[in-house]
Amino acid sequence: MSTVEAPLYPIAVLIDELKNDDIQLRLDSIRRLSTIARALGEERTRSELIPFLSENNDDDDEVLLAMAEELGVFIPYVGGVEHAHVLLTPLETLCTVEETCVRDKAVESLCKIGSQMRENDLIEWFTPLVKRLAAGEWFTARVSACGLFHIAYPSAPETLKTELRSIYGQLCQDDMPMVRRSAASNLWKFAGTVESAHLKADIMQMFEDLTQDDQDTVRLLAVEGCAALGKLLEPQDCAARILPVIVTFSQDKSWRVRYMVANQLYELCEAVGPEPIRTDLLPAYVRLLRDNEAEVRIAAAGKVTKFCQILSPELAIQHILPCVKELSLDSSQHVRAALASVVMGMAPVLGKDATIEQLLPIFLSLLKDEFPDVRLNIISKLDQVNQVIGIDLLSQSLLPAIVELAEDRHWRVRLAIIEYIPLLANQLGVGFFDDKLGGLCMQWLQDKVYSIRDAAANNLKRLAEEFGPDWAMQHIIPQVLEIANDSHYLHRMTLLRAISLLGPVLGSEITRSKLLPVVVNASKDRVPNIKFNVAKVLQSLISVVDQSVVEKTIRPCLVELSEDPDVDVRYFAVQGLQSIDQVTMSS
Amino acid sequence: MNNGGAEAAVAPVGGPQPLEWKFSQVFGERTAGEEIQDVDIISAIEFNRTGDHLATGDRGGRVVLFERTDTQDHVGHRRDLEKMDYPINRHPLFRYKTEFQSHEPEFDYLKSLEIEEKINKIRWCQSAYGALSLLSTNDKTIKFWKVQEKQVKKVCDLNVDSTKAMGNDPIVGSSISTSSKQYMANGGCTSNDFSLLSGGLPSLRLPMVTTLETNLMARCRRIYSHAHDYHINSISNNSDGETFISADDLRINLWNLEISNQSFNIVDVKPANMEDLTEVITSAEFHPIHCNMLAYSSSKGSIRLIDMRQSALCDTHSKLFEEQEAPGSRSFFTDIIASISDIKFAKDGRHILSRDYLTLKLWDINMDSGPVATFQVHEYLRPKLCDLYENDSIFDKFECCLSGDGLRVATGSYSNLFRVFGCSEGSKEATTLEANKNPMRRQGLTASRPSRSLASPSGVVRRGKGADNSAVDANGNTFDFTTKLLHLAWHPTENSIACAASNSLYMYYA
Repeated sequence: MSTVEAPLYPIAVLIDELKNDDIQLRLDSIRRLSTIARALGEERTRSELIPFLSENNDDDDEVLLAMAEELGVFIPYVGGVEHAHVLLTPLETLCTVEETCVRDKAVESLCKIGSQMRENDLIEWFTPLVKRLAAGEWFTARVSACGLFHIAYPSAPETLKTELRSIYGQLCQDDMPMVRRSAASNLWKFAGTVESAHLKADIMQMFEDLTQDDQDTVRLLAVEGCAALGKLLEPQDCAARILPVIVTFSQDKSWRVRYMVANQLYELCEAVGPEPIRTDLLPAYVRLLRDNEAEVRIAAAGKVTKFCQILSPELAIQHILPCVKELSLDSSQHVRAALASVVMGMAPVLGKDATIEQLLPIFLSLLKDEFPDVRLNIISKLDQVNQVIGIDLLSQSLLPAIVELAEDRHWRVRLAIIEYIPLLANQLGVGFFDDKLGGLCMQWLQDKVYSIRDAAANNLKRLAEEFGPDWAMQHIIPQVLEIANDSHYLHRMTLLRAISLLGPVLGSEITRSKLLPVVVNASKDRVPNIKFNVAKVLQSLISVVDQSVVEKTIRPCLVELSEDPDVDVRYFAVQGLQSIDQVTMSS
Repeated sequence: MNNGGAEAAVAPVGGPQPLEWKFSQVFGERTAGEEIQDVDIISAIEFNRTGDHLATGDRGGRVVLFERTDTQDHVGHRRDLEKMDYPINRHPLFRYKTEFQSHEPEFDYLKSLEIEEKINKIRWCQSAYGALSLLSTNDKTIKFWKVQEKQVKKVCDLNVDSTKAMGNDPIVGSSISTSSKQYMANGGCTSNDFSLLSGGLPSLRLPMVTTLETNLMARCRRIYSHAHDYHINSISNNSDGETFISADDLRINLWNLEISNQSFNIVDVKPANMEDLTEVITSAEFHPIHCNMLAYSSSKGSIRLIDMRQSALCDTHSKLFEEQEAPGSRSFFTDIIASISDIKFAKDGRHILSRDYLTLKLWDINMDSGPVATFQVHEYLRPKLCDLYENDSIFDKFECCLSGDGLRVATGSYSNLFRVFGCSEGSKEATTLEANKNPMRRQGLTASRPSRSLASPSGVVRRGKGADNSAVDANGNTFDFTTKLLHLAWHPTENSIACAASNSLYMYYA
């Protein structure tokens, strides 16, 4: 019975493994389903493989998930669009399973297939499937049904459309909160396909029902779809139907709902015209900025710049700015951090005068915040203010803030500020930098945390790129090279790291005259770790300096190291010599 | 007894008659002289929402499921089933369904702490697609289990003859896998060849699958761990079907069932300085209807109702229920016996039942001045508090439960006794039952009953000091402090109670 010709052997194994006891083999096999289908041919795929898969519904979830995904792109293997409907059966079963991610994937695949199916096929096969799922015994089927209406609806004849709308209405009032949640989160998709007359009547009715649901979690999702739904309506309808709901929601008892409003409000502003923003949404937003729940204020504070961008500067100054002042003194550090991350962006919106007069004090107070994240967030957006008012007004406060962050006891804070140093250098200019920050950059090279030393070395490279080799020669190199005499070998290692980074930036001449002697000197270090790092650095400098220098300085040094008693030193020295040879040969 | 159900139905109108309890079933009954293994002792009992399933957890980390058998002939549409009234002359009968090992003993190397496998709580989740799902927890880790029928299948008609392959493996076995890998490596071009054959390859066939039998399989779907520094005392599902809470001594965390790597702390009573600690959380439960409300009890005898809508961290309660102690009655034990060991919401969400060491209290959430009813569970122990303190029994955590109609409450006591009280207005019902095959024996024999030790097997090895464990009360009764009935559950729709007497599960009906 089992005589399979040799070339077919692998695919025969693949087919058999669809039912292997080992889940990994089954998974691999399902992932190659298209190959199996090609081997079987379209006809047998339709008549044998798909029915076979339809019965395979009590497998492990991982396998079902893979199957749901594969079936989504299976139309070519069953003979094209006219046969696409055979794929609906296995996916329908997968829409009812208990595991959420399998159902979601099955719905996604059904949507993919449905959007390619011919109109008649949709009516004949797809819509009945949606109706079956919507009337499903288990809530899982009804949850899945909600995500399919927007595919079925457009091609349905008028009577069927009416029926579909009424079924969706029932799903919005299902006993199970899970179904209502699914109906709420898919409503805007469905709404996008419904004719405008029905949109205003039926869909808005469903929306209003959902917004009055007992379950917070359902109302939450209704809010989430608000903006998308609003964009489907005419601005005046949106103002009349959605706006009141949002304004009510912004005063909902549940902070989670208000949090969602705070996140969505900006999107909604785009859907309604400028007038409702001023009369309704602005007061609602101001309330959210002053909410008594910190989480809500965090969400609202994070949108403050975006919101100001759609308001006129006068309104922003009059209504938003007072709130911003309060938020900068908020009791929650997370609120202040959220504000700090966006508040600098208000400067271009408000213009120079208002910024100097109103925003500057806020910036300054946030720069002195006790919580490092707040200060860091301000510093990271410095360029936005610089464009408007210049840096001078800030620089006096900036320095103490930077110094304090640079010496923070949490190394992650120090790391964060190091990463902003090139930005600061760029904004503040050479003069300011030399006086105040140069020392800090050297100090970090000798930090007790490796990540900081490494970042410091990298920082020097970026500064050298920013200000050029001449400046580096004057301000960086002398101090860095002093470290060569440091008694701590880890510091000497950092020096080598810095040299390997600086070499390419500073160019061949400086490297030869200043850096190379230091490296060669270090090759006589008593610590083997230093010596093999010397070998590595030398290797990296081969491409930087001239051929003659390589032969005169680098090669002898490496030769000497290659006779070192330490095996690691010898290894890296030999590696270095080999790459010299390669360079010589290729040139 | 035949009209027991009818009684319950008319109860709110007239003065309800006390129920007459009858023995229904026992699982894991111990035979005389049988030693009880500590791992077999039941530590959690829970009916599911419909009452068709019952789960128990034990100290050995196992979960045992039982299913109701007396409704099997009504198998039909699920929605019909839910609406159907059961005939009143039946009582729920259960049979063993399956069991699985939920938790294993672990060792926390960072804290040098042993984590017992004992199941502290079980809660059923909304089931879907024929699968049963439940949450079980030990001291630290909550697990989400799905129990589902799996078909045991026989695969035949394979393309590659398995007997041949078996005959000279492993050589052939390995060659199969390498050849399939080779194939995968250049799958693209090979498959192009296939597509040239319009009819497909006739010699290939799909395996035939025949179903032999179905088997129940328990799979752990999610593990919610590393969120509790202290021991978890309760878990509770939310009515939204999406979230649940877990409570330890100092914190309550909120989880999404689907997300196991993240939880939100919603209550934190840990003081900045642990020396200031005066009160711990002992139990917590979600409101059965309102998804935003939950209640938790404390070791000081108070119940706090919180509204999650108000704030992300619910350190301030919206309502506080506690009874003012009578002045002058304070003693060393006052604080200890006031500690609430369990709270349960009634199905209507209006009442909360709480159990402290000596009493059961029923609270109306609209009345925070005091409990609407207090039931003395074993008031006769009050003079013995000193002994109970000595042998640590005073720290025993008894659970409590309410009937589905909210008319009665029940809780356990020592000597394998449990008590049922009527809590409807004017009810004087107060029944004492013993967890054995003759539950009502206790009442008839209260005065003259011979020593309990005759009934209890002599070979039982008890922890602690044997002689101190039983005490004799004024009537000459002995109370055995080692046979305590801590865990019990009331069927959600019928007058049926399941209770755990050490390793045995007793079921009663009325």
